[in-house]
Amino acid sequence: MLEAVDLECVRGDRPLFSHFSFGLAPGELLHVRGRNGSGKTTLLRTLCGLTHPAAGAVRWNGADINALGDEYRDQLSYIGHSNGIQGELTPEENLRVDVTLSGNSDAEIIRATLERLGLAPYLHFPSKVLSQGQKRRLALARLFVQKKSLWILDEPLSALDVSSVALMTELLVDHLERGGMIVMTSHQEIEVETKSVLKTIKLD
Amino acid sequence: MHKYASPKFFYSLAGQLTPWLAALTAVLLLAGLYFGLFVAPPDYQQGESYRIMFIHVPAAWMSMFVYVLMAGAGAVALVWNIKLAEMFAACCAPIGASFTFLALVTGSLWGKPMWGAWWAWDARLTSELILFFLYIGYMALQASIDDPRRAARASAILALVGVVNIPVIHFSVNWWNTLHQPASVSRMGAPTIAPIMLVPLLLMALAFTIYFFTVVLMRMRNEILERERHTGWVAEMLNSES
Amino acid sequence: MPNLLKAVAFLFRRDLTVALRRSTDILTPLVFFVIVVSLFPLGLGADPAVLRTIAPGVIWVAALLATMLSLNRLFANDHADGTLEQMALAPYPLTLLVFTKVAAHWALTGLPLVLISPLLAVQMNLADSAIGTLVLSLLLGTPVLSLLGAVGAALTLGLRGGGVLVSLLVLPLYTPVLIFGAGAVSGVVTGLDIEAQFSLLGAFLALAVTFAPWAAAAALRVSLD
Repeated sequence: MLEAVDLECVRGDRPLFSHFSFGLAPGELLHVRGRNGSGKTTLLRTLCGLTHPAAGAVRWNGADINALGDEYRDQLSYIGHSNGIQGELTPEENLRVDVTLSGNSDAEIIRATLERLGLAPYLHFPSKVLSQGQKRRLALARLFVQKKSLWILDEPLSALDVSSVALMTELLVDHLERGGMIVMTSHQEIEVETKSVLKTIKLD
Repeated sequence: MHKYASPKFFYSLAGQLTPWLAALTAVLLLAGLYFGLFVAPPDYQQGESYRIMFIHVPAAWMSMFVYVLMAGAGAVALVWNIKLAEMFAACCAPIGASFTFLALVTGSLWGKPMWGAWWAWDARLTSELILFFLYIGYMALQASIDDPRRAARASAILALVGVVNIPVIHFSVNWWNTLHQPASVSRMGAPTIAPIMLVPLLLMALAFTIYFFTVVLMRMRNEILERERHTGWVAEMLNSES
Repeated sequence: MPNLLKAVAFLFRRDLTVALRRSTDILTPLVFFVIVVSLFPLGLGADPAVLRTIAPGVIWVAALLATMLSLNRLFANDHADGTLEQMALAPYPLTLLVFTKVAAHWALTGLPLVLISPLLAVQMNLADSAIGTLVLSLLLGTPVLSLLGAVGAALTLGLRGGGVLVSLLVLPLYTPVLIFGAGAVSGVVTGLDIEAQFSLLGAFLALAVTFAPWAAAAALRVSLD
């Protein structure tokens, strides 16, 4: 259960939003919308704990995420604007880093995930040769190898082609149906058929 | 306590204090200079040239004192997130750097009659020089970061690392100096202090301290206006003045 | 944290792998080290007695500068591609991860400087008896340079003017290590007892290992904010 309580965020000297609250339960997806510059990315980074809010708190199961520290970070995966991919390493090596840093030890899932996302042909190439869309898919692959319950995604579907968007949407729904939580921003409309609750919030 | 941490309250308080502190500075400065230049007797070894000590030594004391204050304010800002502490630390730096520079210049002026050269790698001067570099680094870091919050927190960390290193640097430079000092360079020490010489020394130290507080309060008022320019009370005040 | 050791070892290997695949990043500071030392005879004249006197200081200063140059590969690249952020989000203490990165960085920057220093000592006509001391002093000193440098690199993450700014911040902090490191070598040349110098270098290393990763981690969190 993720909660934002009375959040106020600023960027430099510029106030972005204030008195922002929401709650997110397992199986729910929160779609954050707003104009460019309205603070969507800042909000997501605040939920991760990377950025500190000017006021308010973020709570996980009732406890402040700053107090939880590592314990909270063990529950989440974050995909930001940058892909978090080291260009010199192969896709497999990159995912192995993600797996190890996430505290999991299930390494077999790496090959399977790469295949599912259509990156199998590039197994032994340094990641810098991948196209933008392929890099984005590799970044998203992190979600499946880290197996965390809370996914915080900043424009996850950008740079993806139509079939990849469909695949990813399917995988997002899958995660929700298994009790996971997602907070994401996207310029696209999210069309899903799911029993899971879809909430939309607008930042202005 | 919260009242004092409010920029608006501090702004008016600082405005009221500044004229008094400035007056006090002037009085102490005049008294100190009078005692230092006219009352204290000439030193039997160094003659009249030792008198520059009355500026050099207090300036060196202040350069250290201000750095410690700066680091302390930075620590408060890091731990308790108090904006005024952030601003105080930022305002300290140029003043501290100026004191350091003053100490270096007066040190050099003092050295010329003694060593015949404008600069010698005396232990104290060398330590002051490194302290000057530390100040410059601090100000450069502040200037390079646009986000005021990040700038304050990053420079706070830098100041804390610096303050921990300063004793180490002093110790190392002292050791280095005893090893490499050529015999001909006499140690730039204060001449044996006759009690009458302590009076101007302490007066000048006090004068410099009050001067520091005067200037830091003035700088803080500017800093507050700049950082709080989005708030209602600043806009109101600027509007009513124009 | 059962996987902590595994994660740390893996991160160490990862950093080594990435650096070795970008071998110019490793070779450039090393070549710089050699070039800078070679500049001194060119600037001062090749009088062997003069070179012998200035050798400890010159080699040490060159090591300082070479370390400074290499600092940008510690965090900057990972910051640019987003992998640093992922490390900050890992459920492991960032202090430990930073220490691991600095260790990997030193293994490929500081250690090569240490290993190549005997060649430069010969170039600068340093007495043979002092070469061992030079190597040992650099072995103790270069990790301190990397650790202090990490704090500077973390503070200046993503800032314009990065390289020179880091130098401004960190070089004053390097002075004690320089004084005792070069001092040990010149001490042994003049036949003095150098136990004090090495004790202090050891103390600096212990202090740096204890506090620098923590300060650097704090600085990273500030920079990522």
